[in-house]
Amino acid sequence: MKWDKIAQSEEFKHLVKIKARFMTIAIIFSTVYYFALPLSVGYLKPFMIQKVSGSINIAYWFALSQFFVAWIIAGVYARVANRSFDPIADKIRRENAGGLER
Amino acid sequence: MNFLGIGMFIVIVAITLMITYWASHHNKTTTEFYAAGRSISGIQNGFAIAGDYMSAASFLGIAGLIALNGYDGFMYSVGWLVAYIVVLILVAEPMRNSGRYTMADVLAYRLSPIPVRTAAAASTLVISTFYMLAQMVGAGTLIKMLLGIPYEGSIIFIGIMMILYVTFGGMLGTTWVQIIKAGLLMFGAIFLTFWVLGKFHFNLVSFFDAITGKLGQSFLEPGKLYKNPIELVSLGMALVLGTAGMPHILMRFYTVPTAKAARTSVLWAMGLIGSFYIMTTFLGFGAAYFVGGDAIKAVDKGGNMAAPLLAQTLGGGKGSLGGEFLLAFISAVAFATILAVVAGLTLAASSAFAHDFYVNVLKKGKADEVTQVRVAKRTGVVVGVIAIALGILAKGQNVAYLVALAFAVASSANIPVILFAIFWKRFNTGGAVAGIIVGLVSSVGLMMIGPQVMGKAALFPLGNPGIVSIPLGFLAAYFGTIFTTEKTVHSDKFDELYVRANTGLGAE
Repeated sequence: MKWDKIAQSEEFKHLVKIKARFMTIAIIFSTVYYFALPLSVGYLKPFMIQKVSGSINIAYWFALSQFFVAWIIAGVYARVANRSFDPIADKIRRENAGGLER
Repeated sequence: MNFLGIGMFIVIVAITLMITYWASHHNKTTTEFYAAGRSISGIQNGFAIAGDYMSAASFLGIAGLIALNGYDGFMYSVGWLVAYIVVLILVAEPMRNSGRYTMADVLAYRLSPIPVRTAAAASTLVISTFYMLAQMVGAGTLIKMLLGIPYEGSIIFIGIMMILYVTFGGMLGTTWVQIIKAGLLMFGAIFLTFWVLGKFHFNLVSFFDAITGKLGQSFLEPGKLYKNPIELVSLGMALVLGTAGMPHILMRFYTVPTAKAARTSVLWAMGLIGSFYIMTTFLGFGAAYFVGGDAIKAVDKGGNMAAPLLAQTLGGGKGSLGGEFLLAFISAVAFATILAVVAGLTLAASSAFAHDFYVNVLKKGKADEVTQVRVAKRTGVVVGVIAIALGILAKGQNVAYLVALAFAVASSANIPVILFAIFWKRFNTGGAVAGIIVGLVSSVGLMMIGPQVMGKAALFPLGNPGIVSIPLGFLAAYFGTIFTTEKTVHSDKFDELYVRANTGLGAE
């Protein structure tokens, strides 16, 4: 069994395609959401310091939301990886378990 | 002298030495020494990553930053958690699937091993040295403040401890030291957070109303620490990308059996690290409210004593039994924190030198297991001795910028090369070497001519060079690839790495 043969197989191509699609979306979304924080506290300060609950302002809630958004993205990734990526990877691993050149 | 504090320090030292003794019986092969025999479970590794990552800078430093500057201190915490998205989605699983002990293993699959291993070992050693020096100086100052042991004595003691952990305990011992530390740190943070918020009946709004009532609304507004938004973006880039390039974090993924366990460990680490950093903000704001900025600055100008002082104040204040007990407990937690981080760094530095440089460059991979483990342990001792020497030389220096520098180098030198190696077929040795060298030189160089080192005479306007040095690292890796051709390496090597990284086929 050759590595390039696996790399050319439909199964493997499908795996990297769905992975790439998910990873691109997740990385772009988290990058935009994260850098929106320093940019908005820097350039939109008058808006960000408006109080929404007691003395707590938008800037604080936005910063706190970063933690929850990061957790949600991580959770979604784990779910998609467990359900969609792993079964294909497992199958490719099983089919090629013997006869690998090291 | 603080006898209660010394007692607790001794308890921590005793427990960690028992772990080290137990682990020393499982340290014969290189896989055992560098990767704990790949026997660590996902959850255990999640705790160990948290223990490896949450340094004294993040516990004491962030609490202090928030206590003195309010909102802006929060910025570090956010970046340090969001960074794990990059680790989780782009780096952890491919690394686990295709490497053995170090980041260079992954590069060496498809690129010429000798130049890429040499370059990767160099950047790893630079990052570990800067980061370790920051930890050592912080530790010396901290122990002096907490226990009254002289600075030099504290540094030598910590150096000896880390040499013992690493040479006898290897990765297994280091992992358990980190797990216990993470548990202690979480317990300490939860305990103090409940106490602080309990005073406000767990009502976030009344907590912040009380703070702004005492310190003014501006305390909860951005701009006290960072005037320049570009500086914040640059810092954010280095934190978010740098974490995924930190050698002591990357190394942790080789200790688990599968990529799935690596994924589980990042999820656990994110849960622990994120909740810890959220709690740190309550400790910081709480310290500002209960202790007060002037009282914190009176003990340490940088604010590093905010969390321990908060514990002392909540427990009943200076001189009271409760106050002294809590101060000693939180100080002991901080001490355990430092030990766990420096042990992880020592191991990462040893693997870069012994595995990448000595075995695979100097000996061209021809060294038996016994020799490899012996060299790795000796390197651990040398790294420890160097850390002690540098720590003593740096006494009284302001080394806070070294943490930012380590993240800048990791994000500029390591990340472009790791990502291109995993995802770009055309990438070659010329690109890897160019990327590492340019990323390394530009981040260190810009830092040296920036305001954190040169003050007002700075030639480069930003204290965090990431926004310039990270793109430079990527560009150098790109153009280095485009302008060089490589005959010896076959393009099907990329297929091999790509299949391995994505499926775990043939993973060790």
